Amino acid sequence: MSVYVNKDTKVIVQGITGGTARFHTKQMLEYGTKIVGGVTPKKGGTEVEGVPVFNTVQEAVEKTGANASVIYVPAPFAADAILEAVDAELDLVICITEHIPVMDMVKVKRYMEGKKTRLVGPNCPGVITPEECKIGIMPGYIHKKGHIGVVSRSGTLTYEAVHQLSTSGYGQTTAVGIGGDPVNGTNFIDVLQAFNEDPETEAVIMIGEIGGTAEEEAAEWVKANMKKPVVGFIGGATAPPGKRMGHAGAIISGGKGTADEKIRIMRECGIAVADTPAVMGETMIQVLKERGLDEKCKTH
Amino acid sequence: MNIHEYQGKEVLRNYGVKVPNGYVAYTVDEAMEAAKKLGSSVTVVKAQIHAGGRGKAGGVKVAKSLDEVRTYADEILGKVLVTHQTGPEGKEVKRLLIEEGCDIKKEYYVGVVLDRATSRVVMMASEEGGTEIEEVAAKTPEKIFKEVIDPVVGLTGYQARRLAFHINIPDELLSKAVKFMMGLYQAFVEKDCSIAEINPLVTTGDGEVLALDAKLNFDDNALYRQKDIMALRDLDEEDEKEIEASKYDLSYISLDGNIGCMVNGAGLAMSTMDIIKHYGGDPANFLDVGGGATAEKVTEAFKIILSDPNVKGIFVNIFGGIMKCDVIAEGVVEATKQVGLEIPLVVRLEGTNVDLGKKILEESKLNITSADSMADGAQKIVSMVK
Repeated sequence: MSVYVNKDTKVIVQGITGGTARFHTKQMLEYGTKIVGGVTPKKGGTEVEGVPVFNTVQEAVEKTGANASVIYVPAPFAADAILEAVDAELDLVICITEHIPVMDMVKVKRYMEGKKTRLVGPNCPGVITPEECKIGIMPGYIHKKGHIGVVSRSGTLTYEAVHQLSTSGYGQTTAVGIGGDPVNGTNFIDVLQAFNEDPETEAVIMIGEIGGTAEEEAAEWVKANMKKPVVGFIGGATAPPGKRMGHAGAIISGGKGTADEKIRIMRECGIAVADTPAVMGETMIQVLKERGLDEKCKTH
Repeated sequence: MNIHEYQGKEVLRNYGVKVPNGYVAYTVDEAMEAAKKLGSSVTVVKAQIHAGGRGKAGGVKVAKSLDEVRTYADEILGKVLVTHQTGPEGKEVKRLLIEEGCDIKKEYYVGVVLDRATSRVVMMASEEGGTEIEEVAAKTPEKIFKEVIDPVVGLTGYQARRLAFHINIPDELLSKAVKFMMGLYQAFVEKDCSIAEINPLVTTGDGEVLALDAKLNFDDNALYRQKDIMALRDLDEEDEKEIEASKYDLSYISLDGNIGCMVNGAGLAMSTMDIIKHYGGDPANFLDVGGGATAEKVTEAFKIILSDPNVKGIFVNIFGGIMKCDVIAEGVVEATKQVGLEIPLVVRLEGTNVDLGKKILEESKLNITSADSMADGAQKIVSMVK
């Protein structure tokens, strides 16, 4: 088992004819992901990496039976691409695109209310279930199949955590990048809930960063509901206030969203928070040993 | 992106939000001309810098005569204001807003922000005008009222009225206050603001509802469709290296330390700063080269880091995903060819095309210390700059 994606997930790539999308379509195919189609307006009837291209998402879904989509469409058109995927009633839409205007996402979120589609991102690395399905831009080779769930606001920090786990012999069930924007489709709690219910997942690593209060809310949820151990990390402890640290969502404003406050609340809620990003894996291993889960989670 | 108060007021005026009459002035003569044009008995001379707390720092003066306008304009122009938002080095005043004074009855607060928890725009209002809203929120949160706005219908009349009643706007000014709030919301949405804060909003003796101050910030991601707002950018208010970096779509922020950092991904870039601090070093900057950077952009990024005289060593920490390690390696090699490298350089590469990247660095014969992990790299660079 795993969360959100597995070997049966059939994916279409929106914006497939762009350079980045082409590169990653190839990478995803090589990983074994079932990429069944692509969408670029006016490029219908062509092919990319042997994958048929359609003019609309609706047509792509009708012809291929896809149930998920990944979006590489440039920012000014990305919100529309999400709406198109939601309208086609896909189960899962993963938006990789960064720099989407916030007001666009406010409208997208409103439109999605009551709809069946789950959106992951935008501004995220995607979702991977090792050895089954890789949707996004993450380097596939660092992942290993196993029992640790990973959820993160930052792409590269996800790779860092996964790499530390894999090289120590601890595989992952699924790694989910929820993205660094202030308005996103899937939040920490959604993913924690999915991992909580997934029988294969034994423990979860949750990687946050400064800005907003999503980590605090997730920590409270963990305290009240989580049956499995959670390890955490917060990036940006030394970031100056008022400055946007790359991600649109990573900004300390009005004294809120500091790393210290997040770490304090996470620890209060029973989450083991790693002191530096270099020991996310070690912290997890220590927790697994304490809980007697080490044997089960060590995959080689 | 930030703009000046006088620019913010100009934007709001176009949306029917009432603001006092006023003109921008770059010189004392222009200030005098502006005051004459206004012809009001009381004139306010306000320093225009991108930071709050100007009043306390002596950047806002009330003049009762033209002579006083001259005195104050002369005093404030060129002055370096140090406020809680400028940092200890302060900011030099290069522009003034010359504005007609008004007969203030009462001060209020109205602000529009994005609420992350609901993914909606929220309008906040309080009777405690003039004080910082964070302070009100901390001490008397019950005095802040909020309306969550549905993007389908926008701010509705009843929501604006409810806010006005909550903060005790007098009945006879209710319709003016509602018009004010509607205009403010409209400006926020149409201009892609990230913050629109009026502190204080005032009611006056002659029955007006006015924005006495205006702080508008804009969503950088939406500037491509806000050309008129882009035109208001004041480069004097920004860090030189940050301006240079923005030309190449690099996310760069100057800091006070001596270890230059080049990282891909915002989360990893922040964490790289954290781990340098953890091992007793001090980062000179935050730099996220982003996902789609070319070797040319990486070259520019490296040159920007090297242009900081405080930098005594550089740590390149890359975990390639969308970014490829060979692109980073090419950029580093090219930059050092162009500008030379006399300080220690530690490079940690992992992820997409890592072998190719390592090969390029090896073949370059540059004096590079390689690191196996983030912690290893941070420890190495910290010990090398000591």
